[in-house]
Amino acid sequence: MLKVDTIEMGTVVDHIKPGKGYKVLEILNIVEDYPHRVALMMHVPSKQGGTKDIVKIEGKIVDKSAADIIALISPGSTINIIKGEKVADKFKVELPDELENAGKCPNPNCITNSEKATNKFKKESESYRCYYCERIFKAEELV
Amino acid sequence: MNLISIRDIDSKDIEGILDHAEKIDNGKATVDLDGKILATMFFEPSTRTKLSFQSAAMRCGMEVLDFSPGTSSLKKGESFADTLKTVEGYADALAIRHPKEGAVRLASTVIKKPVVNGGDGGNQHPTQTLIDLFSIKKTKGRIKDLNITLLGDLKHARTMRSLVYGLGMFGANVTLVSPSGLEMDKKYLEEVNDKFGLNVKIDNKPDYSDADVLYVCRIQAERFADPYEAQSVMEKFRIKKADLKDAKEDLVILHPLPKINEIESSIDEMPQAKYFEQAHYGIPLRQAVLDYILR
Ligand SMILES: [Zn+2]
Repeated sequence: MLKVDTIEMGTVVDHIKPGKGYKVLEILNIVEDYPHRVALMMHVPSKQGGTKDIVKIEGKIVDKSAADIIALISPGSTINIIKGEKVADKFKVELPDELENAGKCPNPNCITNSEKATNKFKKESESYRCYYCERIFKAEELV
Repeated sequence: MNLISIRDIDSKDIEGILDHAEKIDNGKATVDLDGKILATMFFEPSTRTKLSFQSAAMRCGMEVLDFSPGTSSLKKGESFADTLKTVEGYADALAIRHPKEGAVRLASTVIKKPVVNGGDGGNQHPTQTLIDLFSIKKTKGRIKDLNITLLGDLKHARTMRSLVYGLGMFGANVTLVSPSGLEMDKKYLEEVNDKFGLNVKIDNKPDYSDADVLYVCRIQAERFADPYEAQSVMEKFRIKKADLKDAKEDLVILHPLPKINEIESSIDEMPQAKYFEQAHYGIPLRQAVLDYILR
């Protein structure tokens, strides 16, 4: 397996749906000029069978609201908060019951795509309903 | 109080509005909103709906202001929110129609005055849904257990989706008849079924022999790639006088209007045709709605 250095202070997002690691970086706004070390590992063999993606980010603590967005595209992911090279906190991402000021309505005719509005979605079984246009979408469509 | 979506109101509130509309229509109740002002804001043209709101408001003793820029103010670049905040100061309630879905919901978050949705893109048109329910109740005395057939392009007709929601809420037996490819979205039917339990049949053949109410909506030629196919489908789904002999004698035919040629014009004079009454029911119903949002 690839050897990637441990991080000092930051976040490891593990058990990402294979192929979605780059999307996690996008969600966390890790772009070209991000000044710290970042590792993206794709299609790593998983102990539970199959493969997974992993991202390691130095200098960024992933909070609950960012974890909610990660849950939309990769519901099984785990967040490991690293402090002093040790896991200080570990939790599984969870699909939120409500999503506010996050996500984007995929309906091009939704008012939120032409006027300033606080995006809002409500979970209904495994899908989300836009508070404005009232249409139902799959979780991953909102990212 | 706002009226934005049929999803926001429960059966008790709907019954309250329908009962009130019934009393207004019978002359047993009047709505006194004297001195209040309704602003109609139609960002998309719809003359009939606007006139109906204005007439209803006047019959409640209200004054009416019209701000209906079509799409011109959008071109000028003023934001929807700014326009609303300005007009809010001139009126006590706003009736808004907008081509974008969710626009009236957004309006309700921007301003404090009550708003009523006069249609937001392909999403909701709750007063039309209430008029449809009211028309069924007026002409049939009830909604529960009636056989109600909706016929036409059920994929694109926003009012039909909301109507199914209302019919599910009040326990009607629903039959959906549409040309193949123009069926109502299954996801939507599941939602209504999950909420209220929905007794629904789906068919591609225009059969309404067991219907108590036949609700017809338009099939647009533009939905078909082939003009010949469009023509033959529209002919097949046209309601013809000759076919009515196989239908129940006390069948009621409704249509949201304007109709083009989906119902043979000779039917207009028959006792089954109730679509012009249906349009007139819009007035007492919208009076009851204005009372509901301003109470
Ligand atoms: Zn939307």
